[in-house]
Amino acid sequence: MDINSIFINTAQALFSPVTIAFAMAALGLAIHFGFVGLLNFGIAGFMAVGAYGYAISTLTFGFPWWAAFLASMAASAAFAVILGIPTLQLRGDYLAIVTIAAAEIVRLLLLSTTWIKTTGSADGLVAYADGFRSINPFPDGTYGFGPWSYTANQFWVLIFALIVLAVSAFLLWRLVKSPWGRVIKGIREDEDAVRALGKNVFAYKMQALVVGGIVAGLGGALYILPSSANPMLFATSLTFFVWTALLLGGAATVFGPLLGAVIFWVLQAFLGSLLPAMADAGLLGALSSAQAGALRFVLVGILLVVIVIVRPQGIVGDKRELTFVRK
Amino acid sequence: MSGSNPLKKTPQKATGLHVGTAAPGVKKVDPILVADHVSRKFGGLVAVDVEHVEIPRGAITALIGPNGAGKTTLFNLLTGFDKPDTGSWSFSGKDLAGVPAHKVAKMGQVRTFQLTKALGLLTVLENMKLGAKNQTGESLFQSIFPFLWKKQEAEIEERALEILERFKLIKLKDDFAASLSGGQRKLLEMARALMSDPTLVMLDEPMAGVNPALTESLLEHILDLKTQGMTVLFVEHDMHMVRHIADWVIVMAEGRIIAEGPPDEVMKDEAVVDAYLGSHQDVDLGVVTGRITPPKDEK
Repeated sequence: MDINSIFINTAQALFSPVTIAFAMAALGLAIHFGFVGLLNFGIAGFMAVGAYGYAISTLTFGFPWWAAFLASMAASAAFAVILGIPTLQLRGDYLAIVTIAAAEIVRLLLLSTTWIKTTGSADGLVAYADGFRSINPFPDGTYGFGPWSYTANQFWVLIFALIVLAVSAFLLWRLVKSPWGRVIKGIREDEDAVRALGKNVFAYKMQALVVGGIVAGLGGALYILPSSANPMLFATSLTFFVWTALLLGGAATVFGPLLGAVIFWVLQAFLGSLLPAMADAGLLGALSSAQAGALRFVLVGILLVVIVIVRPQGIVGDKRELTFVRK
Repeated sequence: MSGSNPLKKTPQKATGLHVGTAAPGVKKVDPILVADHVSRKFGGLVAVDVEHVEIPRGAITALIGPNGAGKTTLFNLLTGFDKPDTGSWSFSGKDLAGVPAHKVAKMGQVRTFQLTKALGLLTVLENMKLGAKNQTGESLFQSIFPFLWKKQEAEIEERALEILERFKLIKLKDDFAASLSGGQRKLLEMARALMSDPTLVMLDEPMAGVNPALTESLLEHILDLKTQGMTVLFVEHDMHMVRHIADWVIVMAEGRIIAEGPPDEVMKDEAVVDAYLGSHQDVDLGVVTGRITPPKDEK
């Protein structure tokens, strides 16, 4: 077993654009689920819309990198509004069904060959990052130390993603600590009570859906920024990975989803290296290394179950909240 | 205000609220809420069918009636939480038909619920602050700049603490509302409604499931609302309480208003006795409500 490569793979997952993209998506989901109580099972759809919003506006419309990010945000905001108008009046469980379907619709539309020139269909899109790379302030070379070693482009993506994440987390933290945050938490507890106090519940839910959607959409854009976009990246399993990260960290927090995403990916990378290595060393009986690699999803699933039973408020959640869980 | 104990001394009743004989739909001298032809059907069931009703301003009006009389449904209709099949109603002269619930509340007509809706995972103080109207910090874009709303927030907090003090909930201010007892939640809900400076407070069974000691304090608070110039409309089952604090009583049965008047007189009304006690137990309630004629010479 190559302990060293296992360690390097694991350490790299700590700071990678994928981890950051997940943290963004989990952050958006925290607003939806943790603070407003919207059961959004379509977070992969938001990420896909954000990602393709960025890629298509660059490739098809020739937007500069910053306008492409704005287009990506606008696209996910529009997706949130379209999804919200018919569904926000629905009860939570129906919203879950509609969102999971909406995310699949997005993925299948991207997969369709009808717009192959724009979406690239199953091949996806590549080479949209030139504009973004052209403003890279870091000259060519290698950056970082130890296991964290990057090319100039990789480093630039990483730094940019970290900045976007920090700004988003700060703004969301401000939001949930404000009277606006109080209203949306009130809606989570009981819509009618908040309505009786003169707040426009629908408008608040819509705002929250849009805000969380934009953050998740940006997560999607960061997700594809390093290399290529492909509809298969945004399969339903992505949604549940984001949910795992969120519940791991703590749904009704801002810091929790960040921590959850990091732990989730570090664990994924660790098991993804360790298990095949163990299989190769013959420690896992008859399992091939490919089979062992897939085993990590089983372990992550078990982890999720354990978390939900042992610490349902998540790692950084408020223990008191659980004392009073309804029903 | 809270120092007085209205149970020890008889509360001052408002009189001279109506014009003419006290009958269902009687005109009021100064109505705050007027409803006409309001009806609501659930499938084949006529839950509410009110020809005309006026709620007097500056008084405490009790809405009573047996279970299933349509009191809560009428409440929901008047506050915009449910849409009637027909009818129009106005609040302080402003047409309310079709106005959504949150706008109704903004106009100063605030309600509470039969099943208390304390916002469990918010603290008592947060619950209170949520009640305040016109908060700058509740706008999405302004909320991220605390300097825009810090001052208003401090004012709201001060008022919230004041009201919590009055409702004796001040020690619980940092506790989750979910940790409160049923009675304390009723108090909190009423206190929260007051944060919005309402002109009409509508309480749906404020006394339900509250122990006798707390009932006294709740009654005091309701009487307090009147002394502060608010109008109160409340649904209640306990006739003694109604008799004690209400200035005016409206009786409903099977969705219709069957009697109106000052408490002492209404309770002598034969239709009311029938509806409540079922003195014609062998006869369907519909017969009872169907055969009523406006009570004569009550005044």
